[in-house]
Amino acid sequence: MRIPIETYTLANGLRVVLSEDRTAPIVAVNLWYHVGSANERAGRTGFAHLFEHMLFQGSANVGANEHFELVQRAGGTLNGSTWLDRTNYYETVPSNQLAIALWLEADRMARLLPAMTQQKLDTQRDVVKNERRWSVDNQPYGTWWEKLPALCFPPEHPFHHSLIGSFEDLDAASLEDVAGFFATYYVPDNAVLTVAGDFEPAEAKRLIDELFAPIPRGGPRPPLPPMTLPPTFGGERREIVPDDVVLSRIFLAFRIPPFGTDGHYAASVAAAILGLRQGSRLYRALVRERQVASEVSAFTYDLAKGSDLLVLDAVARPETELAALEAALVAEVDRLVADGPTADEMARAMALVESGFVLGLQSAGDRADQLSRFTTYFGAPELVNVQVERYRAVTAEAVHAFARERMGEDNRAFLIYVPKEGSDERRAASVESAVANVGAEG
Amino acid sequence: MTNPTLAARRSPLDAPPRPEPAAPRPYHFPRFERRTLDNGMRLLVAPVHKLPVVSVVAVVDAGATCDPQGREGLAQLAAHALTEGTTSLDAVALAQRVERLGASLDAGADWDGALVSLTTLTRHVDEAFALFADVLTRPVFPEREIERLKAERIAELMHLATEPRGLADEAFARAVYAPDSRYAHPEGGSRTSVPALTRDDVAAFHAARYRPSATTLVVAGDITLDAAEALARRTLGDWTGEAAPRAAADDRAAATERRTHLVAKADAQQSELRVGHVGVPRSHPDYFPLVVMNAILGGLFNSRVNLNLRERHGYTYGAHSGFDWRVQAGPFVVASAVQSESTAAAAREVLSEIDRIRTEPVAPEELSLATSYLDGVFPIRYETTAAIAGALANLTLYGLPDDYFDAYRGRIRAVTAADVQRVAAEHLHPDRLQLLVAGDPEALRAPLEALEFGPLLLTEPEEG
Repeated sequence: MRIPIETYTLANGLRVVLSEDRTAPIVAVNLWYHVGSANERAGRTGFAHLFEHMLFQGSANVGANEHFELVQRAGGTLNGSTWLDRTNYYETVPSNQLAIALWLEADRMARLLPAMTQQKLDTQRDVVKNERRWSVDNQPYGTWWEKLPALCFPPEHPFHHSLIGSFEDLDAASLEDVAGFFATYYVPDNAVLTVAGDFEPAEAKRLIDELFAPIPRGGPRPPLPPMTLPPTFGGERREIVPDDVVLSRIFLAFRIPPFGTDGHYAASVAAAILGLRQGSRLYRALVRERQVASEVSAFTYDLAKGSDLLVLDAVARPETELAALEAALVAEVDRLVADGPTADEMARAMALVESGFVLGLQSAGDRADQLSRFTTYFGAPELVNVQVERYRAVTAEAVHAFARERMGEDNRAFLIYVPKEGSDERRAASVESAVANVGAEG
Repeated sequence: MTNPTLAARRSPLDAPPRPEPAAPRPYHFPRFERRTLDNGMRLLVAPVHKLPVVSVVAVVDAGATCDPQGREGLAQLAAHALTEGTTSLDAVALAQRVERLGASLDAGADWDGALVSLTTLTRHVDEAFALFADVLTRPVFPEREIERLKAERIAELMHLATEPRGLADEAFARAVYAPDSRYAHPEGGSRTSVPALTRDDVAAFHAARYRPSATTLVVAGDITLDAAEALARRTLGDWTGEAAPRAAADDRAAATERRTHLVAKADAQQSELRVGHVGVPRSHPDYFPLVVMNAILGGLFNSRVNLNLRERHGYTYGAHSGFDWRVQAGPFVVASAVQSESTAAAAREVLSEIDRIRTEPVAPEELSLATSYLDGVFPIRYETTAAIAGALANLTLYGLPDDYFDAYRGRIRAVTAADVQRVAAEHLHPDRLQLLVAGDPEALRAPLEALEFGPLLLTEPEEG
């Protein structure tokens, strides 16, 4: 399967990617800005994400909340998201509504600030604080989102600090910060615009030219601090977090090569071998055979600068001692380091990775997002069409070499959640009754 | 409303006028055809040749509403246990075979049906479908795996007890439905019912319910009708047996008057808020106006409830309302997570929005936003083979007519402001609403009492 791609750059630096697919009357518009929480300045953690909210608060010709209304009125879906190193905005609309989606994105890129008010900032600050309470503070294990990067990246590193931010920093954000952030990062030469699906290329180009070409290019952007780190942590790291939970949980992170490199493809295959689906090693060993975990998974952050993380995640069964879970988890990692993967495991991982990639490109919105991703990170949308080959080129030897280099004892960071004091009694009681109940009828 | 200081930071450009839509291109939901095998199994096939992918779903009348009283969770356990080994492959070998094909094979049960689903690349469809048929008809339910699945469900319930959202949803179901209604208890069973389930229960449930006469096989994707039928005939043609009859689910309400329920979650910074009551069945003739009414009330981002709680007051990250559509009447609920100190105020706003949509006509712009969204977004919902198969599975589960998807957009567009007001007045019942809050009892008790919204009941998480 090859995705058709046409790409060009406007004089103001905006990179444009077009990918036609006329099978259904649907078109996706996708805009990546190459800015994320890594670009925040000290004392303003959470700002990139707060700013993402402000981008839905209207622009010179669009009222507050009208962006959502106009896209939904057009029969479309939309949203945005912020990550450590990028922010994206996206709409999927019926193909006859392409113009309004492009017009809305252009109006906010060109004319956001005239519509900004202190009141809008204050309201969105409250919304984001509630988002933090909802997704972090009021969730069992919810703080892992900020604790794991903090454990794995040094304090001065741009990936170290919290993406959602602290209440204190959110309170400190001013309208001046909004204006400065917008002028610095939300400029055409820091963005990629992708249109994928059912559209007439000449008409799309005409619209893009009319709407985006007049927007002036930005000024110089402050460089990020150096992001390159040694290949490993240089020793084991460990943080234990007592939390309002009844089941212990271990996140085990390894520093790995950044997204897009050969080493990252080998890491992805190692992750699939260890933790993707029921045929993976961790599922077989920890969930099925030893029955010390109720859930396991493996994932990467897909960070394209400096270094990335591969994370194994295992939730203990109620009766499991934490030490037994950790020992079982580490044993599987050690075994991969010592022996590498089998040919069967490689075949399973490749088949899953390949079909996952094909299935992940079924919708116009997902295709557009991938094209924007490869253009933002590497200036090369056509990398989408070689992903399967890049995975296929990974050998068992390469996975073994990766495991030896990056999964050893000098490169392991453990973030461990345990039931906090006071919940011990409740936990002990519920474990006892749960185990007794299960055993009774067994 | 423009801000001159900020505007000066970048010279304002003349904006091109807001564009009008072009003429829409026609869209048709994929054509599908029906066949019936000699053993009574029904077949629905939608050939879609966009990508080399096939999705298959077996819809079996073996959902959670089949659970016998005291055996809640049996349907879900039986569905999950299907992939734990067959007469020809143990669970590990089965997972390896499926994953070596790059396929996914999953089984689960919701209220109204068990769903066994397969998605595979076309070139592996024969081999993958053989595994699918094996799982559906020849599971062995190993004792050890059944016990493991039960233990995992218990672990999940213990986790949910610390998770405010799960806690609120579970307690809300108990607040809304009569105690002996299946709907009052979690779909996957509770800490009292799950430990009592045995391997024999599971095997007997499968023998009684997983029968060709109770099964519809949905196939969507890169395959022809004849090829799909041949595949089904070859692998499932010998499957026999009639499903045991069963009673319809009981959807009686717990109360006919307003009550406030406080679920204690000490020290929670945020409360989970639920307001609602028993709704209406999926087959109700008012379905389309109800969907439009709900979109306006709390279904869309720009709905009244979300704009009020999130954008006007900043009480929450999000608020929404919905009908949980089931064969019998599922709940209607408005849900949000709000700061402790704003909980009572937020509840008051929700109650006033429910009153308002019943009594005030909706504005033409509100109505057209909802109908044009639901009309326009329809094709976007069915971009993948799995989504198309899921839609056809719903057709089967709820007994909808074959022209349902073709008629959908017209029926949405036909809903009027008067329809919306009528169905809101008829199907939302302010006098029966159950108000439930999971959060910090210290902070919440007094303000909730001050609302004077029926008797205040302290609710404990379900014991077991």
